[in-house]
Amino acid sequence: MVKSPEKVEDDHAREAGKVLASRQRAERRASFEFRALSTLPAALFVVILIVLLVRAWPILQQKSLVGLLLGDVWRPSEGQFGFLPFIAGSLWVTVLAMIFAAPVSILCAIFLSEYARPTTKALIKPLIDILAAIPSVVYGLWGVLVIVPWVQQSVGPALGRWFPFLPLFNSSNPTGYSILSGALVLAVMVVPFIIAISYEVMRTVPRGYHEASLAVGATRWQTVRYVVFPRVAGGLIAGVVLGTSRAFGETMAVLMVVGNNPIIPHSIFDAAYPLTALIANNYGEMMSIPLYDSALLASALLLMLIVLLFNVFAALALRRATAREQA
Amino acid sequence: MENHIQIRNLKVRIGSTEIIKNADINIPDGQVTAILGPSGCGKTTLLRSMNRFLDLTENSRVEGEVFLDGQNIYAPGVDVTEIRRRIGLLAQRPYSLPMSIYENVAYGLRIHRVNQSKNLKPIIRHYLELAGLWDEVKSRLSDPASALSIGQQQRLCLARGLALEPEVILADEPTSALDPISAQHIEGKLQELKEKYTIVLVTHTLRQARRLADHVVFMYLGEVVEQGPAREVFDNPQMERTKAYLQGSIG
Ligand SMILES: Nc1ncnc2c1ncn2[C@@H]1O[C@H](COP(=O)(O)OP(=O)(O)OP(=O)(O)O)[C@@H](O)[C@H]1O
Ligand SMILES: [Mg+2]
Repeated sequence: MVKSPEKVEDDHAREAGKVLASRQRAERRASFEFRALSTLPAALFVVILIVLLVRAWPILQQKSLVGLLLGDVWRPSEGQFGFLPFIAGSLWVTVLAMIFAAPVSILCAIFLSEYARPTTKALIKPLIDILAAIPSVVYGLWGVLVIVPWVQQSVGPALGRWFPFLPLFNSSNPTGYSILSGALVLAVMVVPFIIAISYEVMRTVPRGYHEASLAVGATRWQTVRYVVFPRVAGGLIAGVVLGTSRAFGETMAVLMVVGNNPIIPHSIFDAAYPLTALIANNYGEMMSIPLYDSALLASALLLMLIVLLFNVFAALALRRATAREQA
Repeated sequence: MENHIQIRNLKVRIGSTEIIKNADINIPDGQVTAILGPSGCGKTTLLRSMNRFLDLTENSRVEGEVFLDGQNIYAPGVDVTEIRRRIGLLAQRPYSLPMSIYENVAYGLRIHRVNQSKNLKPIIRHYLELAGLWDEVKSRLSDPASALSIGQQQRLCLARGLALEPEVILADEPTSALDPISAQHIEGKLQELKEKYTIVLVTHTLRQARRLADHVVFMYLGEVVEQGPAREVFDNPQMERTKAYLQGSIG
C-alpha cells in the first residue's frame, strides 16, 4: 500500500518528535552526569577538610589558636605544641626559593615565547617539561649529593667571609643542611612549572599586538615591556603564586636537605623544619603521647588552608587578567 | 617623477615555497600606489617586505633589494627600528595597545624618545585631528583604547603611525574589517594624506582602488604582471590577466 503524502509527513513529524524527545533526555542525563562528576573533586576536598578538622579538634579545644600558631616551643612529651618554628621554616624556605625561581622562570618564559627561534624552542620546551616530571625524591638525592656539600664548603664560607656583618648570612650550623639548600632544590623544582604556565600565558597574546608595536619601530624588548607584559601580568602573577603554593607543599625533596631542626631560623644557613617535613617525619610514631596525633593533623589542616589560600588568590588573579583580556 | 621605493629582483621564500618571484616594482613619491591581485598572490607579503616585517615570519628568506630613498633596507647594518619609523603600517585589523588613547598616540614618540618634553598634548591632539578622531575622544583621552569601536581604533592606529612623521604609509586592506561608514572615514583620510605621504595600499575593492590610486601594481601568483599609472592600467590594461581581473573573472 502506498501512503498518502499527508500520512508520510505525519509519520515523519512524529518520528522527528520522538527523536527530539530522546535527544533532550540524553542531553539532560549527560549534563547531570558531568555536573556530578565535576563536583566530585570539590566534594573530596571538603571531605578531607572535615576529617582533618575532626581529628584536629581535641587540640584546638584544649589549646588556644594563638598559642598554637605563635608558640615557639615544640616539646610534645611535655605537652608543648608551638607551630611557629614550622611555619617559619616553611616560609623561609618557600620565600627564598621563590626569590630564586620567579625571576628566572619569567625571564625564561619571555625568552622562549618572544625571542627563541622555532628550532631552539622545539629543543628547550620538551627539556623543561621533562624537568617538571622528575620525581621529587630524585631532586632530594641530587640536593644531598650536590647542593648540600656545595653550600657547606663553598657558599657558606664565602658569604660568611664577604658579609660578616649580615646576620642573614651567618650561622653556627656547619652541616650544609640548611634553608639555602632547601630553597635551591625547591627553586629548581618549581622553575619548570612556572615556566610552563608563564609560557602558555604569554602565548595567548595575539601576534597583532606585537606587530602593532614593532610597526612603529619598537624593539622586541620595548614590545615585551610595554605591550606584552601589561597584558599578561595577571597571568604571570597567577603562575608565580601557583608555583609558591607548590613549593610550600613540597615535602620529600625539602626534608632531605633542610636539616629538620625545630627552631626559628635567623640565617639562610640555619637548619629549618617545614610543616610538610613535620608531618611526613613524625606521623605514625610516638602516637601514645597525648594530643600528638591531633597536633600533627592540626598542622596538616593549617598547611591545607594556606595552600588553598594561594590557589584562591591565583584563581582571582587569573580571572582578573582574563576579564581584562576580554574587555 | 621620483621613485620613493624601488624594489629590485625581490624574491621571497617561506619555507620551501617561493611566494614572490623576482619582483621589480617602483613606488612613486607622493602618490597612492595600489597593489591589486587575487587572494593569495602575495600582496601582503610584498607589503611586509617593505618595512622588514618579513623578519618576523618564521622560515622566511628574502633576496634582492628594496631601496628607500636610494638606501637598501636589507643592507647589513641597517637599523630596522629606524626603517619602521620612516615607514608606517596600517594593518587590516586595528590593534590598539593596552594603554590609554593618549598613550597609544604617544607610544611611538616615547619609544624613539623623539620628544622628551613633558606636555605632548598639542602633538597628540594634532595627530588625532589628522586621523579624524579628535572630536570623538577629546573628552576621554585617558580611557583605555580598547573601549573604542573597531572603526575608531583603526583611526587611532593611523594617528599612532602618523605621530612619527613617516615618509611612507603601508596600508593592508585597511578598511576591510570596518563598517561602511568607518571605511569611508579611513578612505577619506588616506585621500587627504596623499598630499604629504607616499601611500602603498593593498585592496580588494576595485572601486576603492579607482578612487584612490595614482599608480597600480597588479600581481598574480607571486609575480608582477603589470604596473603603471592608474589611468593606463585601469582603462587600457596590456596583459590578459589584468583585463580578466578588472572584469571580475578572476580573484
Ligand atoms: N607565514 C606564512 N607561512 C607560509 N606561507 C605563507 C605565510 N604567509 C603567507 N604565505 C603564503 O604566501 C602566499 C601569499 O600570501 P599573502 O598573504 O601575501 O597573499 P595576499 O595576496 O595578501 O592574499 P589576501 O588577498 O588573501 O590577503 C599564500 O599562498 C600564502 O599561503
Ligand atoms: Mg593579504
